[in-house]
Amino acid sequence: MIIDGAMELVEIEKGIKIIPGASTVITTLDKVINWGRKSSLWPVTFGLACCAIEMMAAGSSHYDLDRLGIIFRGSPRQADCMIVAGTVTKKMAPIVRKVYDQMPEPRYVIAMGSCACTGNVYRTYSVVQGCDLFLPVDVYIPGCPPRPEALYDGLIKLQEIITKEKMRWSPLR
Amino acid sequence: MEPSQIVKILDGGFAGEVIATSEFRGQPGITLKKDRLLDIARCLHDTPEFKFDLLRDLCGVDYKKMKKPRFEVVYNLYSITHRHTIRLNVQVDEKQPSLPSVAGVWKTADWHERECFDMYGITFDGHPDLRRILMPEDWEGYPLRKDYPMAGPDDEEWAGFKEVLKKAEEFKKFGWHLNERK
Amino acid sequence: MDETKELKTREMVINMGPQHPSTHGVLRLRLEVSGETIVKCTPYVGYLHRGTEKLAESMTYLQSIPLMDRLDYISSMTNDVGYCLAVERLFDIGLPLRAKYIRTMVSEMSRISSHLLWLATHALDIGAMTVFLYAFRERERILELFEQLCGARLTVTYPRIGGVRNDVSQEFIDTLYQFTEEFPDKIKEYETLINVNRIWLKRTIGIGIISAEEAVNYGLTGAALRGSGVDYDVRKHFPYDAYSLVKFDVPIGKNGDVYDRYLCRMEEMRQSNSIIKQCIEALPTGPIMTSDSPKFTLPPKDKVLNNMESLIHHFTLITKGPMTAPAGEVYVATEVPKGELGFYIVSDGTGRPYRMRIRSPSFIHVAALPRLCEGGFIADVVANIGSIDVVLGECDR
Repeated sequence: MIIDGAMELVEIEKGIKIIPGASTVITTLDKVINWGRKSSLWPVTFGLACCAIEMMAAGSSHYDLDRLGIIFRGSPRQADCMIVAGTVTKKMAPIVRKVYDQMPEPRYVIAMGSCACTGNVYRTYSVVQGCDLFLPVDVYIPGCPPRPEALYDGLIKLQEIITKEKMRWSPLR
Repeated sequence: MEPSQIVKILDGGFAGEVIATSEFRGQPGITLKKDRLLDIARCLHDTPEFKFDLLRDLCGVDYKKMKKPRFEVVYNLYSITHRHTIRLNVQVDEKQPSLPSVAGVWKTADWHERECFDMYGITFDGHPDLRRILMPEDWEGYPLRKDYPMAGPDDEEWAGFKEVLKKAEEFKKFGWHLNERK
Repeated sequence: MDETKELKTREMVINMGPQHPSTHGVLRLRLEVSGETIVKCTPYVGYLHRGTEKLAESMTYLQSIPLMDRLDYISSMTNDVGYCLAVERLFDIGLPLRAKYIRTMVSEMSRISSHLLWLATHALDIGAMTVFLYAFRERERILELFEQLCGARLTVTYPRIGGVRNDVSQEFIDTLYQFTEEFPDKIKEYETLINVNRIWLKRTIGIGIISAEEAVNYGLTGAALRGSGVDYDVRKHFPYDAYSLVKFDVPIGKNGDVYDRYLCRMEEMRQSNSIIKQCIEALPTGPIMTSDSPKFTLPPKDKVLNNMESLIHHFTLITKGPMTAPAGEVYVATEVPKGELGFYIVSDGTGRPYRMRIRSPSFIHVAALPRLCEGGFIADVVANIGSIDVVLGECDR
């Protein structure tokens, strides 16, 4: 296709240009891929404790996470985001790690609730003091339990992180 | 039936087994020796006048310095038909922490006894499947004993968790994650 | 022909959970199956064991209330009430009438919200997705009411030893009354969705049958026991708070299958609704904190801010805790949505419990799961898990 020299590219957003009349968009691969990734985050349903109930509330009729393109998946193989919702105990830690290892790259982790962030009041023999000891956490959401709005905020923060990523799709990264 | 009557009948049938009786806030309790516990449990469960069909709770208590012998296993019984309650405190010695299992009388006791074993190290003779229940099977120590530190022993971490930490460290090199890259 | 004789079949082992969408948390089941039939079912629990009992032994009686919220996080209000009742029994303090009514009211709200969550997830497991969305709609209204009442949606920490934290506002009462007016119609709505649904009926009737004697022997309580036809409700047998002052029926099932347990819980929601209504209508005026034992209860906030003695009193109570606990042991049970929740407290005369034992219904219900599942199909496992209504936070403590 020959682009008419007289036609000017219109910049509709920073880094995204369109050619009027040709229904063509010119942008970087980074932008397209990150846009795709952030618009359909599929978290794995992995409720551990109290926060799982608020996670369910966020996913159900009143708060409706589906409108952000966030659909809970039962299998970690189909998911790209893990919401650690609740207290991680030492007995549970190997399983949490296993579920994380089963997820395909790129994958993200959200630590939801004070227990997942730091262990909360449970400074006891059986509780892991924060799931970041064995998982790379992207977003921390404090609260006991955080409200569904807080979970929303966390997910939007994660989307912002994804938008800023560079070359995460390439072996040259 | 009044608790005093229950104690009287028990004392008659099982002479010398009842150590003491108590009543606090209207809740009757009997302190027992452990030897004939199973017979007493059967008697309480089967006799039509008692008919303690619901074992509401079974738990251990660690009286480290307060009392001798060190442990007690507490049974809270209730009869749905007659609506009377009784509490049995069975004394268990520290040197030989074992007592007969009542899982054959009340099925509820099955898991409760496993939990008691898990938390206090009290063994139950004749239990069908005495394993740890809440803690991992290779856990060391009995957490609810008074001499067990609350945050766990400082020097010794559970092997399973150490393995997870090791694995997490190892797998970092495969991660695509931004934080993990050099 | 000889070759086929040597072919043997053996049981296959299937692991279910802890990461499974319909095990209601972190329950793990090891199923040995022969074809589709379950030969042996072994539950594994403890994946959420947080050491609450040990932690509570190191805290004062007042400080432990927030821990109790996080046991059965679906209905934290009833847990708090149960704990406060146990401590009140230990200290032998009474409650003002208004506090009794408020506690009863909020407990029943909590019961409705817990049953709604049970209905939502139970139906979702069996395959009725719509009920999930409908039930969460009403649940959200109750949570909003809780928020209006005490500022938290789930972990409320509203009851206090000897009363409740703050008084209810007129706005709260009005909104709640409005809710009780509308709620019976909503229950009808759920019932039209599933009561005559052929899939629902096929998957619940005759599944997981347990007889009355066996249910008692296994220690089941709550609707799981009443579904088998045993009339045991702690609210009737050991009335606490204002339950002796309100009228309600205890629904009893007949067959002891999943369907009967479902019917019991649905009827319980109607009864709870009526209890709330009665409480609102009969709500007396008066104090919300007991004056029986001033060493125990916190002084009112306006006095703390203006009166030196009250401030000191407040300060010592929060930092040191009450130091006058009588030595003794009590076991106090309450009827929570799951069943009988018992607190067994051993006090040695200090401000902290020497031993705090939590008798959680879910723990016992999970123990009965093999009895319900064995001999049935794999697909019915989720129906059974749903029908005994377990929450693993309480099961593992």
